Amino acid sequence: MNFKLIFSIARSLMLARWRQTMVAAFGVTFGIAMFVSLLSFMSGLNDLLDGLILNRTPHIRLYNEIQPTADQPIDMSDTHKSYHNFVKSVKPKQERPEIYNNMAIMNFLKSDNRVLGIAPKITTQVFYNVGVIDLTGAVNGIDVEAENSLFNFQDYVVEGDYIDLKNTPNSIMLGKGLAGKMLASIGDVIQLTTSRGERTQLKVVGIFQSGLQDADNTQSYASIITTQKLLGESVNYITDIQIKLKDITMAPQIAREYGKLFDVDAVDIQTANSQFETGSSVRSIISYAVGITLLIVAGFGIYNILNMMIYEKMDSIAILKATGFSGKDVNRIFTSIALSIGILGGLLGLILGFSLSLIIDQIPFNTASLPTIKTYPINYNPRFYMIGICFSLLTTYLAGYLPSRKASRVDPVIIIRGK
Amino acid sequence: MSQKILEARHVNKYFHDPITVQVLNDVSFSLNKGEFVSITGKSGCGKSTLLYIMSTMDTDYQGEILIDGISMSGKQEADLALIRNEKIGFVFQFHYLLNEFSVLKNVMLPALKLGKYPEDELEHRAYEKLRILGIEAEALKKPNQLSGGQKQRVAIARALINDPLIIMGDEPTGNLDKKNSEIVFDIFKELAEVYLQSLLIVTHDNEFASRTNRIIEMEDGRIISH
Repeated sequence: MNFKLIFSIARSLMLARWRQTMVAAFGVTFGIAMFVSLLSFMSGLNDLLDGLILNRTPHIRLYNEIQPTADQPIDMSDTHKSYHNFVKSVKPKQERPEIYNNMAIMNFLKSDNRVLGIAPKITTQVFYNVGVIDLTGAVNGIDVEAENSLFNFQDYVVEGDYIDLKNTPNSIMLGKGLAGKMLASIGDVIQLTTSRGERTQLKVVGIFQSGLQDADNTQSYASIITTQKLLGESVNYITDIQIKLKDITMAPQIAREYGKLFDVDAVDIQTANSQFETGSSVRSIISYAVGITLLIVAGFGIYNILNMMIYEKMDSIAILKATGFSGKDVNRIFTSIALSIGILGGLLGLILGFSLSLIIDQIPFNTASLPTIKTYPINYNPRFYMIGICFSLLTTYLAGYLPSRKASRVDPVIIIRGK
Repeated sequence: MSQKILEARHVNKYFHDPITVQVLNDVSFSLNKGEFVSITGKSGCGKSTLLYIMSTMDTDYQGEILIDGISMSGKQEADLALIRNEKIGFVFQFHYLLNEFSVLKNVMLPALKLGKYPEDELEHRAYEKLRILGIEAEALKKPNQLSGGQKQRVAIARALINDPLIIMGDEPTGNLDKKNSEIVFDIFKELAEVYLQSLLIVTHDNEFASRTNRIIEMEDGRIISH
């Protein structure tokens, strides 16, 4: 097929009507630009909001739930197998919340190649003593370096340096709200009481702000060793193992596997935070819907302009057909006009969309709950650009389809005799 | 015995809108190579309709058309387009040049479509045709910068570019003044005599018709003399 000829005819027709062609192309440009920047912005926002929880939540958390044993002794008795038991008020037995044999478990996890990293943790309830008032709260004993590399701990530290938590013995990092209540700042020594009634003095080395008000008002961080000392436990005492996987979607499956293997409770991130997934997908759907609507509107613009061009060029189409161009050739000419508008408008749209994203990325966005965010978030995922250009080609092709078919069916005899 | 290049066998044609009217009634004739033939008759006698059927553009008829000995019945639209491209050159009452292209490109378009020669060769050939018609100086102008007579000559050059078997004309001088009509007629005459080009021209200008080799006269959808 002689595509060069078809393209040269298409180009001449477009140049002869370049103003309308540009208007049509700008329609596509606008649609694509809005589509790309909207999706980048929405997706950036989604990542940010998900990150609030998901980034600092382990993909799998191993711990010991305090609960009565599922199989009570009476159930195991052979003699009473066919009896119905009325034993009520079964209580959990006295048991420490620690994970037994945790060193071996951690060594095993480190060698599992599906695991990106692990961070041990101790959570314990405490009272912060402020004069005569005791504030309830919790201390998280963490492996400072592992916590930072897996959960970006330093992002939430608004005062002080996170590594001081490891380097300074008997140190603590307070939530911003909590520090406010205690009027504590870096260098101060605070006093807290553990659930067993022991009082300890710890030095404040920093203040964190996670963006979750509840956490900032009650929680604090200390190193694992400090927490073990606080509780009077040995260096083997660990209550949680946090696991980050290479592939987050594997979490439910691997959680079940570990739960059975280590005989501990294992909860995966999807189960623990299912509401975030839902929110993200709804926001994505809305942005896609708006973007596609814009493109469809642009498509109608192209449809109109091609239709007009065909009415105007009826004579030319007739003579092309009379001199030996088939309906297919004429169809190709108008389809390539439509696609050229799509490609030109689409590429301009990608550039404009990228520029808009860059501008949005510069707009200040300060919020107390998100200390690390200074400007509106943008996700520069190339996927949005790919989808954008594909959609622009698809809509322009569809918009050009009917007019091109109409042009290909022009009967030259009617046009020529009509003169 | 000269070769038949165009033949109509018992062609009938009806218009159905608004009522069924027979426009062509059992029309049969043939054209030999190198002949310069005109079809004449009063307005509405079916002469243009016959031309469009002979040109393969109108396919809604009964009977048979043979071009170069090949029947056109049952051929696909794309095949007919190729036959028009290769074997038939058209000159209409109106020039139908594309204003987006230069005169040269207008002449070259059917040949570019045929794709028999490379583009530079085609350009050379297009100049050749324009020279025969005496308008090579206008080659790079746009059609809307030319006079009516010049435009019609460009249209003739376009009809000639693929060295067609036959040139068909539908009132080619209908829109021209006396002087330009004369020029166009002389060109046709020269093509027929010097280049042995076959021509089939529909006209209601009896003076024009009387100077051609043969006149096919039509009345009410029938050929009354040929």
